[in-house]
Amino acid sequence: MAQSKNSVRRLVQGNEASMLGALYAGCNFFAGYPITPSTEIAEGMARMLPKKGGRFIQMEDEIGSMGAIIGASAAGAKTMTATSGPGFSLMQENIGYAYITEVPCVVVNVQRGGPSTGLPTKIGQQDTMQARWGTHGDYTAISVAPASVRECFEQTVKAFNFSERFRTPVTVLSDEVLGHMREVITLPEEGEIEIINREKPDVPAEWYHHFEATPNLVSPMAGFGEGYRFHMTGLVHDPEGFPTADTNEIRKKLSKLRNKIVRFSDELVQLETTMMDDANIAVVAYGTAARAAQQAVLMARDKRIRAGLIRPITIWPFADDQIRALLKGIKTVLVVELNMGQIVHEVDRLAHRHCKVESLNRFDGEVLDPVEIFKRILEVK
Amino acid sequence: MPATVQPSDVAYNYLRVKKNFPNVWCAGCGIGTVMGSIIRAIDKLGYSKNDIALVSGIGCSSRLPVYCDFNTLHTTHGRAIAFATGVKLAKPHMKVIVITGDGDGLAIGGNHFIHACRRNIDITTILINNHIYGMTGGQCSPTTAHDKKATTAPYGNLENTFDVAQLAQAAGASFVSRSTVYHVQQMDKLIGLALEKKGFSLFEAISNCHTYYGRLNKEGDAVSMIQDMKKIALPIKAAKVLPPEKTKGKLLTGVLWDVEKPEFCSEYQKLIDNFKDEREKNNA
Ligand SMILES: Cc1ncc(C[n+]2csc(CCOP(=O)(O)OP(=O)(O)O)c2C)c(N)n1
Ligand code: SF4
Repeated sequence: MAQSKNSVRRLVQGNEASMLGALYAGCNFFAGYPITPSTEIAEGMARMLPKKGGRFIQMEDEIGSMGAIIGASAAGAKTMTATSGPGFSLMQENIGYAYITEVPCVVVNVQRGGPSTGLPTKIGQQDTMQARWGTHGDYTAISVAPASVRECFEQTVKAFNFSERFRTPVTVLSDEVLGHMREVITLPEEGEIEIINREKPDVPAEWYHHFEATPNLVSPMAGFGEGYRFHMTGLVHDPEGFPTADTNEIRKKLSKLRNKIVRFSDELVQLETTMMDDANIAVVAYGTAARAAQQAVLMARDKRIRAGLIRPITIWPFADDQIRALLKGIKTVLVVELNMGQIVHEVDRLAHRHCKVESLNRFDGEVLDPVEIFKRILEVK
Repeated sequence: MPATVQPSDVAYNYLRVKKNFPNVWCAGCGIGTVMGSIIRAIDKLGYSKNDIALVSGIGCSSRLPVYCDFNTLHTTHGRAIAFATGVKLAKPHMKVIVITGDGDGLAIGGNHFIHACRRNIDITTILINNHIYGMTGGQCSPTTAHDKKATTAPYGNLENTFDVAQLAQAAGASFVSRSTVYHVQQMDKLIGLALEKKGFSLFEAISNCHTYYGRLNKEGDAVSMIQDMKKIALPIKAAKVLPPEKTKGKLLTGVLWDVEKPEFCSEYQKLIDNFKDEREKNNA
């Protein structure tokens, strides 16, 4: 974030930053259900939205929260919910509905340890794959993983931009430590970060098709009550939105859901590297785990070990081309995660036997210590 | 839509006639009759089609919106009220109508149903109660009577039922009404009243699923099931002056409950307006 003279520096909590990022992006509707460690986001929204003319509702559960934000988005609002593991699981059916009906909305998952009620007040990165494959059927997901309070803000703004640009739900994979951590950040001024809003139709209502084929595969989206009367259904549908059993139409619809994202994945990839230029051992880490990994890489460099860090910020779609290129000339890649190994399978697929793939996993609700990672670098180098 | 809808019919203006859909319903199913009533009620009230959102879940009943030329949202099983809550709160000027079945609205969607009543959000819910799961082939629902048969209650239902109207009333709805697909004129009128009521309003339409419920319970075809509705229905006004033994086993119809209480979206608007006043004062 560039700093300008009117921007405000403040000590902010991660969850508060997610909330402020959403408001910055123009979020004007939030529905949620309390769950640790995400609740501060809902509480902040309950306080802030009415002041800004937006609307907050505490629903009876997370299924309802997801339904409400989809309904509100269909009616033209910019919408978000926030939750954690158990709630994210409950949302899955309706998230699938948002994929197929191409409704923009943002879900912040402040991850805790799982499965089930798991570790309500402790960290995990165990929902990485759920963010990609959580609902049934074929679709392509977009998820981002912040690693600092500043990024909780920025990546929530990004999540809204991606969601509006691609007409699809986007998940922010935050976690308990990030959500509750406080850091000083500079809050950007209005206009400092670009805000993208869904494209609206410019054709007369009688020509409007809610899922019309367009060059970038994303159809302009009218809202309910704006004079375009259209149908939305979770059944596979034709470009007008009506259910279809035509195999050709089905193929077209499902391909659109995938291609509108994979063909434009360059717009989505966000990847940060540290000391990768001459590295022969690469550490791959994201979210909170990447903070310790970064320290470990610096420790290794002190010992003249040529280590580097690859930190995907956009987790889905996975940065295949970029990471494949970075792995050229690498002897060993060490994947560090706060789970039993999820992204390691993606890295393994890209390494494709050209380099050794090792992992370091922690799943006991605690963060990794840089020393633990450093020791593992020494073991696998 | 079927060729039977003529340009001279009121419904013609409200159906997606150009799509020429075959409808999914069995011949004689009462759901189409409810659709007719909804359309006539809307026409009579003169609402703009652009301002109406029809939101449904999953089931034969929930297929109703797709045929209608409004803003239509066919959602997931049981969740119509949750989606509708989002639509209504985001665009409070819209008339939001939920179409649901007894399974959709009371089993899987029961939680959303009671909380929308409690919240008293200005949504009209039309619950088409055919006492069974039609779409999935005749399984037991929360309104399948004790001892009645369903494919998942092959020896008769061991459970008890919900009284939808009492449930809604107890949960906090401000308007509750009921009729049957036999009583079409009454249905037109009650749907109109429900739509005009500010707050959560329920209209329960007793309907026939002759294909499953009728067959499994030997209640005959569509005509005989609908005629039975005539026999058991009793307007609540008449019931009030009858001795209890005369009302036993009867289905009370009409406006069953009608009260005034704060409505959620209006309360929210007041909150927003208060902040606006505050902001303006601070700026002055
Ligand atoms: C989550 C989920 N569970 C189950 C189903 C299968 N299902 C479709 S319709 C239906 C029952 C509908 O019954 P009701 O609401 O009474 O409607 P009717 O078909 O009788 O009008 C069920 C169980 C589903 N679509 N989604
Ligand atoms: S199965 Fe029953 S409810 Fe469904 S259309 Fe046929 S008669 Fe109507």
